[in-house]
Amino acid sequence: MDTFNFSVNITYVDKDGKKTKVRGKVGDNAMYLAHRHGIEMEGACEASLACTTCHVYVQSEYFDKLPPSEEKEDDLLDMAPFLKENSRLGCQITLTKDLEGMELRLPKATRNFYVDGHKPTPH
Amino acid sequence: MPAPPFKMNFTYSKVMVRMLSFAQTIPRVGIVGAGTAGFYAAMHLSKNVTNIQIDIFEKLPVPFGLVRYGVAPDHPEVKNVINQFTKVAQHPNVNFYGNVTLGKDVTLCQLRQNYDAVLLCYGADEDKTLGIENEDATNIVAARNFVGWYNGSPSDKNLKIDLSGSTAAILGQGNVALDVARILLTPVDELRKTDITEYALATLAESKLTEIYLIGRRGPLQVAFTIKELREQLKLKNCKTIWREQDFKGVSEMVGYLERPRKRLTELMLKSLQDNPVDFSQCQRLKYFKPIFFRSPTKFITGIDKKLSAIKLDCTKLIGDKLEEQRPVPIGESEVIDCSLAFRSIGYKSVPVDKNLVFTKYGTVANNKGCIIDNNVSSDLGRLYVAGWLGTGPVGVILHTMGNAFQVAKVISEDLKLSTLSKSKGGFEEVRKIIAKKNNFIVGWAGWEKIDKYEIEQGKLKGKPREKICSIDKMLEVALM
Repeated sequence: MDTFNFSVNITYVDKDGKKTKVRGKVGDNAMYLAHRHGIEMEGACEASLACTTCHVYVQSEYFDKLPPSEEKEDDLLDMAPFLKENSRLGCQITLTKDLEGMELRLPKATRNFYVDGHKPTPH
Repeated sequence: MPAPPFKMNFTYSKVMVRMLSFAQTIPRVGIVGAGTAGFYAAMHLSKNVTNIQIDIFEKLPVPFGLVRYGVAPDHPEVKNVINQFTKVAQHPNVNFYGNVTLGKDVTLCQLRQNYDAVLLCYGADEDKTLGIENEDATNIVAARNFVGWYNGSPSDKNLKIDLSGSTAAILGQGNVALDVARILLTPVDELRKTDITEYALATLAESKLTEIYLIGRRGPLQVAFTIKELREQLKLKNCKTIWREQDFKGVSEMVGYLERPRKRLTELMLKSLQDNPVDFSQCQRLKYFKPIFFRSPTKFITGIDKKLSAIKLDCTKLIGDKLEEQRPVPIGESEVIDCSLAFRSIGYKSVPVDKNLVFTKYGTVANNKGCIIDNNVSSDLGRLYVAGWLGTGPVGVILHTMGNAFQVAKVISEDLKLSTLSKSKGGFEEVRKIIAKKNNFIVGWAGWEKIDKYEIEQGKLKGKPREKICSIDKMLEVALM
């Protein structure tokens, strides 16, 4: 089969809105694909589902095409600043043909606790 | 209109001089603390500022801060971030200098004289105290020291911990409190596969604890722990979680109004409350985990030899409108819980290492977006910044510290680009001379690699990923041999 049939074009949008179009292939992991193309998506735990550093927003029309998140991923997403309906972990997204044209947006930087008025949780 | 030729030349040559001097000037950044904030800031700076020279100073001979000494040994995946930090340390423009203590080997002022920017990220080293009667009694342990103890922190390795009683109480309901509970309640054979220290395993194997309370002043809707950690606790083998039904009065009615993270966490507690009819017919080795809410410790009760025997708790109710900001007030009743061991887990604070640092009432260095506001600034001193828990307070996981470190690093890189660095600062070459007057044992990255290799080899002998060296002398011996 032609390798072209395996390719999936997706676009990463960084926190400043800059778009990077990337051609991946079916089976690619969206976090490692980002790393290979120098996109600033972190991956502290190396896709072992122990952190939330690869948090992304999935373009809404593609969100439902992804297999639903598992409990463990949801537990980690609960720690994400700026959690939204379309939040996922990049390391849990595997490219399929259905995802052709998908946009993944990186969240803006983490809040700076005290500067924006956050108070520490009293015990 | 064209300017006269003379003026043009003048401007041109001035620009040339500036460009030349800029090209030759190396921006130097000194980072204090080789933990999560320090490494993520170094990562950002090394990627975004060309020509930069970054020196990371660390008090211990070994890097990684709380990733090494805070993250629980049964969470090895969280420690994968060490691989990213190692790549940062191996960047040609980044150096690691271990066994260098700010305030002892070198002063803040001396660092600022030799760097264009000094970034403080030495974390929050001290635990907060309750300030109640008999807090100095035997068998009252700071959770922080217990965590340091099982993780092999040199300053905590000699902690005396008596696990001969049946009941312990943990005061506080955050993730550190849950780490402490989990390590005490996990069947010890499961911990043998981790990098927990050998002496901790030996002590935990002898533990007679069967019952652990997790005590909070507020209610289920205000707990600070997160769902991942609670779920782990609920799934623990041979351990039953017993909630007090009366603590959950009115909680299910609130679920619909909560934001997703708190909603899912609360639903998990409610589910566990329902799932858990107390069944004492189980095997004898069953242990009990008992979270209790609306109880504020007011006094430690001691017996002979100032040994802890019980904790007196005031019953509380919450006042205030916003759920997360509700405060506990005593209602005039109290309860006494018998226990022979207590852990204080109500948060950390940072220690001032220099008299010029201004601290907030939260125990953090006063700052604005990471810039330390400094009134006595003299132009030849490098600018001062703060990142991580020292600046934000001891809140959040690696993700939050990463975000903060990136933000502050961005501010530093913008400041460096805007400022005209007229001449290169002395950097490590000068700082080395200062340190050498007091300390001849600086551990570089190659030294850490020797320690790392040694620890992995020692771990292999015991079927563990690593066996940490817990003495600074031994670390230095291995690193510098």
